Amino acid sequence: MSVRRLHETQPESFAFTAENIEWSKGQIAKYPEGRQASAVIPLLWQAQKQEGWLSEPAIRYIADMLDMPYMRAMEVATFYTMFNLSPVGEHFVQLCGTTPCWLRGADDLKAVCRNVIGEQGDITEDGKLSWLEVECLGACVNAPMVQINDDFYEDLTADSFEKLLADLRQGNEVTTGPQNSRRGSEPEGGLTVLKGDI
Amino acid sequence: MLRDEDRIFTNIYGLEGADLGAAKARGDWDKTAELIKKGRDWVVDEVKTSGLRGRGGAGFPTGLKWSFMPQENDGRPHYLVVNADESEPGTCKDRDIMRNEPHKLLEGCLLAGFAMGAHACYIYVRGEFIREREALQVAVDEAYVAGLLGKNAAGSGWDYDIYVHHGAGAYICGEETALIESLEGKKGMPRLKPPFPANMGLYGCPTTVNNVESIAVAPTICRRGGAWFAGLGREGNSGTKLFCISGHVNNPCNVEEEMGIPLKELIEKHAGGVRGGWDNLLAVIPGGSSVPLLPKEICDTVLMDFDSLKDVQSGLGTAAVIVMDKSTDIIKAIARISHFYKHESCGQCTPCREGTGWMWRVLERMADGRAQPKEIDILLQVTKQIEGHTICALGDAAAWPVQGLIRHFRPVIEARLAAGPIREAAE
Repeated sequence: MSVRRLHETQPESFAFTAENIEWSKGQIAKYPEGRQASAVIPLLWQAQKQEGWLSEPAIRYIADMLDMPYMRAMEVATFYTMFNLSPVGEHFVQLCGTTPCWLRGADDLKAVCRNVIGEQGDITEDGKLSWLEVECLGACVNAPMVQINDDFYEDLTADSFEKLLADLRQGNEVTTGPQNSRRGSEPEGGLTVLKGDI
Repeated sequence: MLRDEDRIFTNIYGLEGADLGAAKARGDWDKTAELIKKGRDWVVDEVKTSGLRGRGGAGFPTGLKWSFMPQENDGRPHYLVVNADESEPGTCKDRDIMRNEPHKLLEGCLLAGFAMGAHACYIYVRGEFIREREALQVAVDEAYVAGLLGKNAAGSGWDYDIYVHHGAGAYICGEETALIESLEGKKGMPRLKPPFPANMGLYGCPTTVNNVESIAVAPTICRRGGAWFAGLGREGNSGTKLFCISGHVNNPCNVEEEMGIPLKELIEKHAGGVRGGWDNLLAVIPGGSSVPLLPKEICDTVLMDFDSLKDVQSGLGTAAVIVMDKSTDIIKAIARISHFYKHESCGQCTPCREGTGWMWRVLERMADGRAQPKEIDILLQVTKQIEGHTICALGDAAAWPVQGLIRHFRPVIEARLAAGPIREAAE
């Protein structure tokens, strides 16, 4: 369990864009009538996408939209760790440090983060990068890996990770997924199964 | 070794397309209506005959679980909820199903939903799997356009809707009642059982929660027959299984294999062997971080199925094989797992909320040689006080890896403590 609190500096207000309001209606329609609270995670998530992080006015706004007590939405926002209750860098690095990634060198990637970005939670002066160590992201056969915004970057080494961060910072095009010759979760260097026509 | 003809997930690596056309070419959605027209009992019986046990970790017989849903509809809707909150450390199989074989999952949802009298299904995808969720949504949209979902789904006469939902980073939501709470828009805190979800689940309605892999194998089982699936593996542990092999192996990978394959064969055939050779093996966690590790002597001969692993005081769990070679600081490895459980405890039950952090702090000290030898027994005793004393199994899952460490590597801990405090250079 981790203690998570709202950021000390909060914006005045929050409102969804017209596009996001339309989108929200589609989300709420997925659930039976009267069960609109089910949409709270997707809507908070969309608010975070719009603003870059999740502020108190945004939490109140979503609670109002879903006719929920503020406290219920607040509980959800603080319970689920993907909600960033403070601002993050434009490229937000979530570095998996759990045992399968640790066994394959997650500590080396952490060292890169410290060198290039700083301590966890720090945002670089240009606003481009920040990082956080997170728990298992579910790409263990492609360890070590990080998630940056919506994408996974897998099979990293300290060198390829450092280059990746530099490329993102400069706005260069980067490859998502495995950073070696793999496409996905197949063994590197040749298939052991499913080699021919079935 | 399993023959390619007997593999269910023929596109698990995504070497072909994941779209409906490619999925149909692989045999998905083939005469689904005919399967449904054989009736609800027929589907449940085929899955019972197959001997399929839940692929999410607990290994409960899937057909039996489906049969717990009320036969008659009392006015409340029935729900199928698919647990795609894959977060057990070491596990990354459902991710491949969602991105590369989504139509197997969707067809399975229709068959399973029909078998339990449900007209609606929610697939709860973990928050981090953003691309996988998008891929799944594309497949759902395709299936609606093709008439495979919605009114008269696939021409079966059964109306069926599938909705993709997502979480936002909470391991505990993989526990079925926590998942239901989360889907209702609350914190993911497990519920006391009974009442069981089959009677009072999502929105107070009869609900069955199944793992992605359990659902995705159902269409192939129905098509090829439960007897075919039961003929693979051994009795009580039948069928094929997706294994995730990670850690200190030459070629980490996912692979579908027959249940009961020897662990050594699995690692050597598919993952290129242990780094530095089999003799360089220290230990293996055979089923995701929740199950106790196995030292090399056991790994030499153990078979990978539910009962074989239970016999050596471990478990198949999600079949996520985490391999550790002799370079591993085993105390540190388990301490990192304890950190995971500390982070993921929902905080509802005191033994788990306080105990997970306590175990982690002690293990960190032990890894640094800063503990008293008598603390090993105290630690073991605390694991026993957590195990079985919480609402859900997270407490057990946090206790077992520590028990496994003490059971098999006590001398390593003792030697570390005898050597005294290690001053580690700053990371």
